[in-house]
Amino acid sequence: MRQDSLFNLALYFGGFVAAMIMVIMFGILFKGSVLSIKNFGIHFFFGEEWNPPMEKFGLLPFVVGTILTSILALSLSLPFAISLAVFLGIYCSRGIVSNILRHLSDLLAGIPSVVYGFWGLFFLVPIVRNLEIKLGIMPFGVGIFTASITLAIMIIPYMSSMIVELIKMVPRELVEAGYSLGATSFDVVRKIVFPYIKSGVISGIILAFGRAFGETMAVTMVIGNVNSVPKSIFSPANTMASIIANEFPEASSGLYLSSIVYIGLWLFVITFIVNLLGNLIIRKFRVGENES
Amino acid sequence: MNLRFRLLFDKAFKIAVAILSISVIVPLILILFHIVSKGVSSINLHFLIRDQNLSESGGSGILNSIVGTFLLITIASVFSVPLGIIAGLFLVEVKSKFVEFVRILVDVLHGIPSIVIGIVTYLLIVKPFGGFSAISGGIALGLMMFPLVVKSTEESLRLVPYSLREASFALGANYVKTIFRVVLPTCIKGIIVGTLIGISRIAGETAPLLFTAFGNPYFNINPFKPVNALPLVIFNYAMSPYEEWHRIAWGASLVLVGIIFLLNMTTKIAGKKWEVQF
Repeated sequence: MRQDSLFNLALYFGGFVAAMIMVIMFGILFKGSVLSIKNFGIHFFFGEEWNPPMEKFGLLPFVVGTILTSILALSLSLPFAISLAVFLGIYCSRGIVSNILRHLSDLLAGIPSVVYGFWGLFFLVPIVRNLEIKLGIMPFGVGIFTASITLAIMIIPYMSSMIVELIKMVPRELVEAGYSLGATSFDVVRKIVFPYIKSGVISGIILAFGRAFGETMAVTMVIGNVNSVPKSIFSPANTMASIIANEFPEASSGLYLSSIVYIGLWLFVITFIVNLLGNLIIRKFRVGENES
Repeated sequence: MNLRFRLLFDKAFKIAVAILSISVIVPLILILFHIVSKGVSSINLHFLIRDQNLSESGGSGILNSIVGTFLLITIASVFSVPLGIIAGLFLVEVKSKFVEFVRILVDVLHGIPSIVIGIVTYLLIVKPFGGFSAISGGIALGLMMFPLVVKSTEESLRLVPYSLREASFALGANYVKTIFRVVLPTCIKGIIVGTLIGISRIAGETAPLLFTAFGNPYFNINPFKPVNALPLVIFNYAMSPYEEWHRIAWGASLVLVGIIFLLNMTTKIAGKKWEVQF
């Protein structure tokens, strides 16, 4: 009996540690950014200037950069990810073609972010530069647009594998009932499959957005690292994650370092909320699924 | 809508889906092709058994970073696997409201950006203990691996049927014995597969290492000193202006992608072979 209660104690310890990780992370980030919070308060979020030598720190350029990059990446990847999921989940759920596609998409998901960035730097950047010359804008090559394409390629396998899992949960009877009433497969996809998994797909999109939001290395390498509010989707910029990766090592003064940690705190809070939302929605979907 | 139009539309939709799906492969093939074609030429025995150290005589290999990557993975596993298994057991074995709370926090931790984990580890370990080290890098990676170990432990524990426990209780084993002698051995393979998935996730992580393991051009296996890792070499050399360093970065990319590919294959084969079945 003593053994049992000791074991139980150990289990609670494990659960406690797991919960404390998040609490400690928040505490550490908060403590690290106290100096900057005291100095700038909430104005930090809306500050348009990031100028370390003048000790002026504002988050707005990076918030705009991050949101533009992740939304552009998400909308670029969405049609591909959904098509791939429909293809693998409905049209071609077994057979050689589907196996090859599935393995390739797993492989794509396994390539490290830094390799994507490296590839983007040497192959996407020249292509985008040519495009920009044709369009008659400043040919930087690097910038939000390039970063979004790189991110989109990274998100597609993640999102499509999530949607395939959802499509597999749709009851066969529903789909067959649709066909028996004379629906074409397009009707089945649009009127039966997607309405059924809608909330799951939404949570998948939210989780993918969270990933794009915090993705660091690939973006850092191709976004151009400019600390001003981006004027168009082709301008070089910085995201919240990339400014940290770039400037953290050289942050010398207390306020500079503290401001960068403050960006980290914002990033933590935003991704925390996004992930919480996504996970709660998908949990609700799964519970409904089990009941029906 | 008339029937012919609907059928036509259906066909068009099918073709569009097929085209979009197959076009997803294009970037993958481009990436793989570029990594292999650029990387292969820089890989030779020299490249694999020499360190990076920048002196003229013995340099320009990546042995130190290959060893560093494995050192970091080992440290990360030592921290995250035992704790992850205990936390996974907690999620399944304990019945209380606290459990659901912990489960959500673990799911959310999985989505926290790696760069944030890097900053936290820097403030928590590197700064107070006065310097970059392999240990701090390993802990940062361990934090990223932890939720995956917890999840896979939880999922494989749930697959163990209750009758198995009842049989163990019927033979007179107490609860702890049942867990350690019956339940855990049944799902140990699932946990191993989960650990491998975790390792392949962290093997390519760069962001949490920037301010923790930091990088080191010399061979080092001392966990209290800075150490280099393959993703760090790729990042630092890719961003450099030298053609020669880019060549090394391509070689390192090929080696890293190769290692992750092997890990994924192992995971897949093991996952298929070791599925918990009853």
